[in-house]
Amino acid sequence: MAQIICQNLSLGYDGKAILQDLNFSIHAGDYFCIVGENGSGKSTLMKTLLHLQPPVSGKILTGDGLKPNEIGYLPQQTQVQRDFPASVREIVLSGCQNRCGFRPFYSKAEKRLTAGAMEKMQISHLSKSCYRELSGGQQQRVLLARALCAARKVLLLDEPVSGLDPKVTAEMYRIIEELNKKDGMTIIMISHDIAAAVTFASHILHIGQSVFFGTKQEYLQSSIGKSFAGTAGGEQK
Amino acid sequence: MIEKLAFYFQYPFVRYALVVGALIALCSSLLGVTLVLKRFSFIGDGLSHVAFGAMAVAAILNFTDDMLFILPVTVICAILLLRTGQNTKIKGDAAIAMISVGALAVGYLLMNIFSTGPNLSGDVCSTLFGSTSILTLTKSEVWLCTVLSIIVVILFLLFYNKIFAVTFDENFAKATGTRADLFNLLIAVIIAFIIVVAMNLVGSLLISALVIFPALSAMRTFKSFFSVTICSAVLSVVCALAGILISILAGTPVGSTIVAIDIIAFGIAYLIGRVLGR
Repeated sequence: MAQIICQNLSLGYDGKAILQDLNFSIHAGDYFCIVGENGSGKSTLMKTLLHLQPPVSGKILTGDGLKPNEIGYLPQQTQVQRDFPASVREIVLSGCQNRCGFRPFYSKAEKRLTAGAMEKMQISHLSKSCYRELSGGQQQRVLLARALCAARKVLLLDEPVSGLDPKVTAEMYRIIEELNKKDGMTIIMISHDIAAAVTFASHILHIGQSVFFGTKQEYLQSSIGKSFAGTAGGEQK
Repeated sequence: MIEKLAFYFQYPFVRYALVVGALIALCSSLLGVTLVLKRFSFIGDGLSHVAFGAMAVAAILNFTDDMLFILPVTVICAILLLRTGQNTKIKGDAAIAMISVGALAVGYLLMNIFSTGPNLSGDVCSTLFGSTSILTLTKSEVWLCTVLSIIVVILFLLFYNKIFAVTFDENFAKATGTRADLFNLLIAVIIAFIIVVAMNLVGSLLISALVIFPALSAMRTFKSFFSVTICSAVLSVVCALAGILISILAGTPVGSTIVAIDIIAFGIAYLIGRVLGR
């Protein structure tokens, strides 16, 4: 049973579809990369998967014991967050909010979970620091720790390395891979870094004028994969 | 000076002014942090102009109790404004500016055409600047304000964590199953209540200042959301009390004195922030 199944999914804004008839499924433990050019609808797909906007038509089904709101989400940073006065601990703790329901305060278990997530992301020593004073890489770790508090099974990452320098980027990819391999997290990552996608991903969904869905090996052998992965590799050298 | 203060404290209106001023300062500063961070600094100004417009309409229609008309209108406007924050064609600041200026103009126009009182510009001035109204409070108004403040503080405490989550990252909160819309609605309703009540008591100029200044000052010097909230509440109450006392002693207008003290406090906070290198 797959964790997330999309059937004949069309997405877009105001009833106008920008992507039509997507069919794919994501299984537990997948490292699922969504690639495509700018404007191909990657972010729209992300928002639809997170139920932030309704699909134009088609269905998103969840299975394997996954509830719709159990997906952890690493968003791109917003302008507001850059000067938000909040300590690291407060932000990570806010990831537990969906466990609270109408209970006003956090329980001991949730505070332990927060401490664990910070430990895992190696930001425990920053616990009392101010979020806006951290480096870009540290901020991403904080948001990742928050996402870990919100979900145990699936993580959605929206361009997790944009704006990070190469060293921190490599570090970030290592953390994500570790979450996938060691903790069995299902990773869904949006990226325009195709070189990284073909290195780490197990499955690739390429959207744009032509749509491709399959495993990494299939992607590398397909014509669309060859043209894109080829140029991406060229840029790397 | 102490004697003079003791002399003034014999009068109930001085005590009322202090109580009400402190309570309104407390409530508005609690939500001020959220509003400033959500880029809604001007909502106090906007909504008080809406309330002013509604008051004009209520006066013309000869409602016996204008509150019953002003409050719903302001609450609806607050909800509309805060809802449109994210994904609309007219962005937050433009929407506030539009509603604020529009309501002010229409209100003044209506009051002018259907002139009800002999001293129109005086009425308008006291509504906007609250020149003396805080010194003419009745006992029932003080009670109303006390009860409302207690409700606001309790709501804020109960929903503190949720307000933080929704303010910091609305999309994340929504995606992980927090009912962000509901809490946005709650914030809008609370702020509308505070503004309507406070406007009658202290005037609309003061509300905006009470919402913005303590929050901004606290954000200069403190690092966590919790400490910013506490600092802004304390600062706001202290400045309000100091402002009222000074205005009584020096005979200056209450609202403007409080705002002037808030400005000084902001300057000090800014300097402290610079010295600490934040």
